[in-house]
Amino acid sequence: METFIVGVLLSFLVIIAIGIIVLRDLLAAVILLGVYSLIAAGAFVVMDAVDVAFTEAAVGAGISTILYLGALRFTTDRQKPRGHDSLPALLFVVLTGALLIYGTLDMPHYGSATSPAQTHEQVAVRFLEVSGDEVGPPNIVTSVLASYRGYDTLGETVVVFAAGIAVMSLLGLRRRRPQQDISDDERAES
Amino acid sequence: MRRYPRQSHRVLQVMTRLLVPFMILFGLYVQFHGDYGPGGGFQAGVIIAAGLILYGLVFGIQRARSVCPPSWARVMMSLGVLIYAGTGAVTMLLGAHLLDYDVLAHDPLHGQHWGIFAVELGVGVTVTGVMISLFYGFSSARNSIDRKNSGLPSDVEASSTVEHPQ
Repeated sequence: METFIVGVLLSFLVIIAIGIIVLRDLLAAVILLGVYSLIAAGAFVVMDAVDVAFTEAAVGAGISTILYLGALRFTTDRQKPRGHDSLPALLFVVLTGALLIYGTLDMPHYGSATSPAQTHEQVAVRFLEVSGDEVGPPNIVTSVLASYRGYDTLGETVVVFAAGIAVMSLLGLRRRRPQQDISDDERAES
Repeated sequence: MRRYPRQSHRVLQVMTRLLVPFMILFGLYVQFHGDYGPGGGFQAGVIIAAGLILYGLVFGIQRARSVCPPSWARVMMSLGVLIYAGTGAVTMLLGAHLLDYDVLAHDPLHGQHWGIFAVELGVGVTVTGVMISLFYGFSSARNSIDRKNSGLPSDVEASSTVEHPQ
């Protein structure tokens, strides 16, 4: 039953992705991107990865959609008609996709008892058994993320910080012009 | 300042007014309840920032800037990393390894609790600051306002003010 639900959700994802490619209305495409993330979050919940699902819902369906909407305010909401589709580009994309799918072939199956995380020195079992006495929080994901792998998370935080700095140096560090005659509200009304 | 600036979006504005406090409250819940349920600093930061950005989208950037000035967002970006790395520094000063929280309190479990609390707070603060700064960055790329905060000479932006020359 679980496989069936995940299958249905994943085929929804494919349909939505095709819809996003086909659509010329950028507002609809942005909303569909949010729906995509929400359905992906649903699939993660079915696979018991609640923290991942939460992140996907908050980041993918939440803030990305809002940031896209904010960006759309400064452009049009129609995609420009493209020229002819380039055949080499199509071949390249198909080849890359095929390589990626080929790369997943020797990954362990979902829920496999013989996956390295289960067999290699019993990492998963050890975390499940000992983390309550060693670290404490009932949510073992938090234990692993903030304590056992605290150094990795420090790196991730620095990456987020660096990304913010990068975007600000591209967009945000331009100083405000002192004489601005059209405020936001007036511009929207006009 | 008008209470509801744009007449055409009255419904959106009233709903936003109702929703934003609960979004921020939920973000704080996710932040501080991450030990016990799904969630943590990253999700919480995103949710809190989404609340403020929604406010900015509906009520205009200017009012969002008056709620949370861009300089605050910039300070938050670095403050979070500082909290996280500072926790690591404190554990090292107390004689343990980097980010080994056992020494933060007399009982190792309490130490772990404090350490996780601190680093999650750091992650949350950084993510909130980055997301808000991203939004301000997008908005100021074409729509730079807020004259009263600007202590700069007036020709700094002159090269890019082709739209509305004074």
